[in-house]
Amino acid sequence: MTAAVLALHQRLGSPPRLAYAGAGLSLFWLLVALTAPWLAPFDPIEQNLAATLLPPGGAHLLGTDNFGRDILARIIWGTRLDLQMGVFGVLFPLIIGTMIGAIAGYFGGIVDMLLMRLLDVTVSFPFLVLIIAIVATLGPGLASFYIALALVGWVSYARLVRSRFLVLKSADFVLAAHSLGFSHSRIVLHHILPNAIMPALVFSMSDAVIDVVLGASLSYLGLGIQPPTAEWGLMIAEGQNFIATAWWMTVFPGLAIVLLATGFSLLADGVAEHFGLRD
Amino acid sequence: MTLLAVNDLSVEFVTPGGRLRAVDGVSFELAEGEVLGLVGESGSGKTVACRSMLRLLPSERARIAGGEVLFEGRDLLHESEAQLRRLRGSRLAMIFQNPSTHLDPLMTVGRQVAEPLIYHEGLSSRDARLRAIELLRQVGIPDPAHNIDAYPHQFSGGMRQRAMIAGAIACRPQLLSADEPTTALDVTVQAQILRLLLELRDDSGLAIILVSHDLGVIASTCDRVAVMYAGRIMEQATKAELLRHPRHPYTAGLIASRPGDGARGQELRSIEGQLPALSALPAGCRFHPRCPHAEAVCRTGDLRPLAIDPTHTTACIRWREATAAA
Repeated sequence: MTAAVLALHQRLGSPPRLAYAGAGLSLFWLLVALTAPWLAPFDPIEQNLAATLLPPGGAHLLGTDNFGRDILARIIWGTRLDLQMGVFGVLFPLIIGTMIGAIAGYFGGIVDMLLMRLLDVTVSFPFLVLIIAIVATLGPGLASFYIALALVGWVSYARLVRSRFLVLKSADFVLAAHSLGFSHSRIVLHHILPNAIMPALVFSMSDAVIDVVLGASLSYLGLGIQPPTAEWGLMIAEGQNFIATAWWMTVFPGLAIVLLATGFSLLADGVAEHFGLRD
Repeated sequence: MTLLAVNDLSVEFVTPGGRLRAVDGVSFELAEGEVLGLVGESGSGKTVACRSMLRLLPSERARIAGGEVLFEGRDLLHESEAQLRRLRGSRLAMIFQNPSTHLDPLMTVGRQVAEPLIYHEGLSSRDARLRAIELLRQVGIPDPAHNIDAYPHQFSGGMRQRAMIAGAIACRPQLLSADEPTTALDVTVQAQILRLLLELRDDSGLAIILVSHDLGVIASTCDRVAVMYAGRIMEQATKAELLRHPRHPYTAGLIASRPGDGARGQELRSIEGQLPALSALPAGCRFHPRCPHAEAVCRTGDLRPLAIDPTHTTACIRWREATAAA
C-alpha cells in the first residue's frame, strides 16, 4: 500500500505547497500530543485557588481558569484526547464502511440492494441528532462516542468505496486477474481495494476534522469527556460563564481546535488535488 | 494430439430486446504447439468466443447457450468454478489487447509476474521473485533484475505487453489465448511480440489461439486460420491453403482488401456493406447481403460449415461457383 502510494506520487510530481503546510500543522499537533508530559509547564488538573483567572502572560503563558489551572498545560494535554477522537473516530467507520462498500460493489445484485437499503435507513436520520441520541442512550464517554460514529459514520465510506468497486470490478486488469485464476478474495483485497481506497482515505482526513469538532461539541454538551479531564471542547464549555471577564479560557482552546482542523483540512485538500480526486 | 476441441459453442447476450447470439455454433480444434488464428471484423464474435472458452464472459448479461469446450478431454463449460480457477493461469492463460489497462497500476511488474507462481504453485515470494526475473529476461525485458521493481506506467507499451506475457506464461500453460495482442502496439514492436509468441511455442510446445482483425498478423504467425463473421465460422483451413485458395467469398474479400496488393494510386478495395447487427441477422447465409456471388439458394436455410477436404471447411454452399467466378 505505502509502496503503491509512493509510485503514484512519483508519477504525479510534487504535491501542492499548502499540503505541506497542512502536513506540518498536523505533525506539530502529533508531536505536542506525544511530548505532553514534558511540554506542559503545569499539571493540567491540579487546582491552585491562589492563582485563579490570571490573564495571559508571566508564569502562566495563556492564563489560568477559574480553578487556577494552567490553560496552556490543559491545551497540551487536551491534544492527546482531541487527536485521538479524530483518528479513532474515523478509523472504525473507515474499516466498516470500506468492507460494506466493497461487498456491495463487488457482488452487486441482491447483496448490494440490501446493504444500500440499510445505508438509506441510516442516512434518513439527521447525522448529529442520531449521534447524540446514541451517545445519550449508551451514556457519556469516549467509548459511546466511537460506537456512535461507527454506527453512523460508515455510510460515506461505503458509498465512496462502492462506487469505485462498481467501476473497477469490470476494469481490464481485474479481468486479467480473473484470467490468471485468482480467487475473489485475492482479487478484491490485492487488486481492487488498493485502487479503490484512495477517495475514502482522502475523505477520512476531512472527516477527522468533523470528528474532532463533534467530539469537542459533545464534551461541551456534557455527553463527551467528563470534568476535570482536559479536553478542548470541555474547556470552552467551562469558560463560557467567564467569557466577559476571562476571554482566554474560551479563545485559546477554540484556537487550538481551529488550528488542528485547518491542518487536517489542508492536508486532505492537498492530497485530493495531488491524486486528481478533485474536478 | 488434440489439446483443445471446441464443439458447437454458442454464447448469447440477454437484452431487453431479446436474446442475441454473439457466437453461434463455433467449432474448432487445436493441437499441442499449434497456432490457430481467429480472424474477423470488429464485432464478429471472435473475442467473445475466445473469452467464453475460459468462461470469462464479457458481461453479466452474457451466458453460454450451448456447446462444449474440451480441454484434454474435460469439458470446461461444466467444470466447477473452483476447478476452472485452478486451470486458469496455470494450464490455460490469456493475454489481452491493451497491456496498459490490463496490468494493475498500483502493483510492481515483478509482483504481477510472480503472483500466479505464488498462487498456483505455492512458491515462496523469494523464489517467485527469482523466477519472475528469469521470466522477464525470457520475454526480452532489458535489465530484469532492476525492472522487476518498476510499475507498469514506467514501461513502454511493448514492454508492458512483454510483462503481461511473462505473467501469463509463468506457470507454463499449455494453451495461451491471445486477444489482439499487438493491436495497441506500433508495427515494429508488433513483429517482436509475434516473434516472442512463436519462440514460446517452439520452446515449450505452447498452443496459441491468436485473435486478430489483421490478416497480416495472422499470415505471419499462424498454422491454421478460422475466419469468423457475425458469430459464425465462415471458413477454416491451413494458413497457406486459406490465403492461396480461399473457398468462401468473405475470405476472398478479406484477402483482396489487404492494402499493398493493388497498383499505386489505385483505390483500396473493400467489401461493400457492413457487418449485420446481431438483432437483425439475415436469413440463410449471414454474408449473402454483401456477397457478390449470392443467389436465391443463399437466402434461405441454415447454412453450416461443410468439409471440402479433411483440413478445409467452408460455410459457402456455392463455393465452387464462387471460386470459378473469381
